[in-house]
Amino acid sequence: MSFPNTDDASNYDANQRPHVPLLDSADVEAPAADLPRQRRRRRRTAAVVILLLTGLLGVVYLVVTMTSNGEEELLPAGSPESSTTLQPEKMKPVARGVEEGVSEKTYRPSLGARAYPWTKRLLAWQRTAYHFQPKENWMNGPLFYKGWYHLFYQYNPDGAIWGNNIVWGHSASKDLIHWHHLPIAMHSDHWYDINGVWTGSATFLQDGQLIMLYTGSTNDSVQVQNLAYPADPSDPLLIHWVKYSGNPVLFPPPNISPQDFRDPTTAWLTPEGMWRITIGSKINGSTTGMSLVYDTKDFKSFKLLNGSLHSVPGTGMWECVDFYPVSKNGKNGLDTSEYGPGVKNIMKTSLDDDRNDYYAIGSYDSEAGIWSPDNPDIDVGIGLRYDYGIFYASKSFYDQEKKRRVLWGWVKETDSEETDTQKGWASLQAIPRTILLDKKTGSNILQWPVEEVEALRRNKNVFDHVKANPGSIVLLDVGSTSQLDIVAEFEINEEALKKINGTNISYSCTTIGGAAERGPFGPFGLLVLANKDLEEQTAIYFYISKDLQGNFKTFFCADHSRSSEATDVDKAIYGSIVPVLEGEKLSMRILVDHSIVESFAQGGRTCITSRLYPTKAVNEDAQIFLFNNATDASINASLQIWEMSAACQRRRQKIVNKD
Amino acid sequence: MKLLLTLLTLLHMHEIPQLKDQALIESTCRNTANYQLCISTLLANPKSATADVAGLGLIIVDAVKAKTEEALSAIEEMKGLHPEQRYALERCTAAYKAVLIADIPESVAALTKGVPKFADFGMSDAAWEAEICEGSFERVAETPLSGVNKDLRELAEVAKGIIKILL
Repeated sequence: MSFPNTDDASNYDANQRPHVPLLDSADVEAPAADLPRQRRRRRRTAAVVILLLTGLLGVVYLVVTMTSNGEEELLPAGSPESSTTLQPEKMKPVARGVEEGVSEKTYRPSLGARAYPWTKRLLAWQRTAYHFQPKENWMNGPLFYKGWYHLFYQYNPDGAIWGNNIVWGHSASKDLIHWHHLPIAMHSDHWYDINGVWTGSATFLQDGQLIMLYTGSTNDSVQVQNLAYPADPSDPLLIHWVKYSGNPVLFPPPNISPQDFRDPTTAWLTPEGMWRITIGSKINGSTTGMSLVYDTKDFKSFKLLNGSLHSVPGTGMWECVDFYPVSKNGKNGLDTSEYGPGVKNIMKTSLDDDRNDYYAIGSYDSEAGIWSPDNPDIDVGIGLRYDYGIFYASKSFYDQEKKRRVLWGWVKETDSEETDTQKGWASLQAIPRTILLDKKTGSNILQWPVEEVEALRRNKNVFDHVKANPGSIVLLDVGSTSQLDIVAEFEINEEALKKINGTNISYSCTTIGGAAERGPFGPFGLLVLANKDLEEQTAIYFYISKDLQGNFKTFFCADHSRSSEATDVDKAIYGSIVPVLEGEKLSMRILVDHSIVESFAQGGRTCITSRLYPTKAVNEDAQIFLFNNATDASINASLQIWEMSAACQRRRQKIVNKD
Repeated sequence: MKLLLTLLTLLHMHEIPQLKDQALIESTCRNTANYQLCISTLLANPKSATADVAGLGLIIVDAVKAKTEEALSAIEEMKGLHPEQRYALERCTAAYKAVLIADIPESVAALTKGVPKFADFGMSDAAWEAEICEGSFERVAETPLSGVNKDLRELAEVAKGIIKILL
């Protein structure tokens, strides 16, 4: 494949793309003169070296680019907005009929999309510095064992594509940030997993023994569940695994399609003393997604319970189901077997239909083997999402060491497969997040980057009460900005909020034109990965709407429509409502790591993961700005911005355990 | 009389599976953006007579593959005839090679193994690569590859319509 090695700007006319300015009259203010800042040295972005495991072919990537964003419908006008319950934008069930001419995937510029002349330098910049980024990755069996965090992931040793010969890649870490790549944990070497060693989950038995249940794709492409366990339980690195000689331990039940039966969960101990698991599936011949329940004593023979743990019509196949307790009042995560009055239960599924991860809070009746949602209007698959950006096939585990529940999520590329070919890799994991019930609202969870990521912070910059008038942009001068941790608080002018009348115009992040669409109280927020002239910019922002009764709703959005001059990348606008309680300031946290940006609003009530592929706003040319595109309300923002160090990932065959 | 009845029954039994398959093909194609293209492509392949929905999807994916190979040949020819379009043609070669190497095999594996979302990824990207190829030429209404690019995009969209049924 020939490819120009240098910026072939002569063949690419950026003027072909209409440039929509962010603000009517961009009023870029001088760098905020502020409290004395630390001096910082210019640093070059550290290159992340991902070493291949020996004996495996080099080629890479696999995940084809795809964006899919469910259309977010607005709440019907007049629905009460309670300050304590989350009323999310209701998800419309994915259209299953004839695709309209303008499909759900309208965020790719279709007419005039052309191949951007990506250079090696630009593509190299896209590589992240502190995210987990193996060659291929879907989520599997994360766990903590004898001092190490383990991540098993779907990997194709032939490199080129998903599908044939998926095996279990394996990495280990002491801190969820610095990873050691280990040998393949399990190959596809038996008839029952010859077509793929797919997703699995780990369970710790009462005596501390570790077992793994995983889905295998058989020689007939039937999906079955298999049992495996560490060959040497005294090995903290869990290098070698043994497959149970009696595999498979579960075949698809007779009334279920043999290809709708995958991704067994971590087991939990019922009060009756049985181990119980759930496996996502779909009612045959319907679009009702559901989750089957099995009881077992030994993980070798199972009893299928009648019915299902839960089902929701119209949601399609449920993949990567996750089911776990959260504490109503405590500060910690809970072991998967926790049960009782102080506990709520989260039901989560990945929907095959729209490639998003959905969850709902509810109650679990162990005796009946049934879970029911607190609010059926926002049931699993039709309500809240873990993340309103690119985030799928996520899975949680209980970290018994730090007593927290940790969530992993897979983040694919949103550029073209051909570019992935060039750059030599595709997809990565989001920064692990802790999960807690939001005690203040009671109707959503909070996700927050694990505290270990803060060890990468350096060169702090503080901006205190920076004012931004309506229609203004303020440069925040922090130097090189490809790797950042940003914590920001916003205050909006109270007078304006009270004075200006509400309207009956409904707002939605995805359907109202993004950050350029002005309202009286928004949008305002930050522009990240923006170049000096603002030809490229990604807006992460709040938008406050006020209805005729004077009720406020706050939206948290990420607008990628101007993120890059390239047209062979997705440029969607994502986001959702975020609950804001009386007396709370608006706050956001943003982790920037080259081509991935993760944004969290109100302590993690609403999260958005973005993939960005700028052509100009890279390396030393990437800036951050504060912006306020509201027409009426001024805002002031207080920010702490750190540069983030790179986290090296290494290959280790022998690691000396320094405990 | 009995013989006549037996013969008629045998004939009738032979018809019913065909009617059912035809019905499956028709209802499957109704879920796509281009019914005619779907029907004609499927009926042109004898395997469609006994295929389930995933099998029908595989037939369309195969047609996308054939169209990709056709495009790559056309591009090679054009490189000689239109040296001034060299840049765009090279972009197109890269795009279509990605379809052949990644998108098609991924879609085939996905449909065979019952994880259709990867086929959706593959066919979406195939359609996108065709658009990117088209867009790589200087802004003209008709590029030398407009025909084959459009065909490929439409076939990939038909494939996606079928895949959606399986999700």
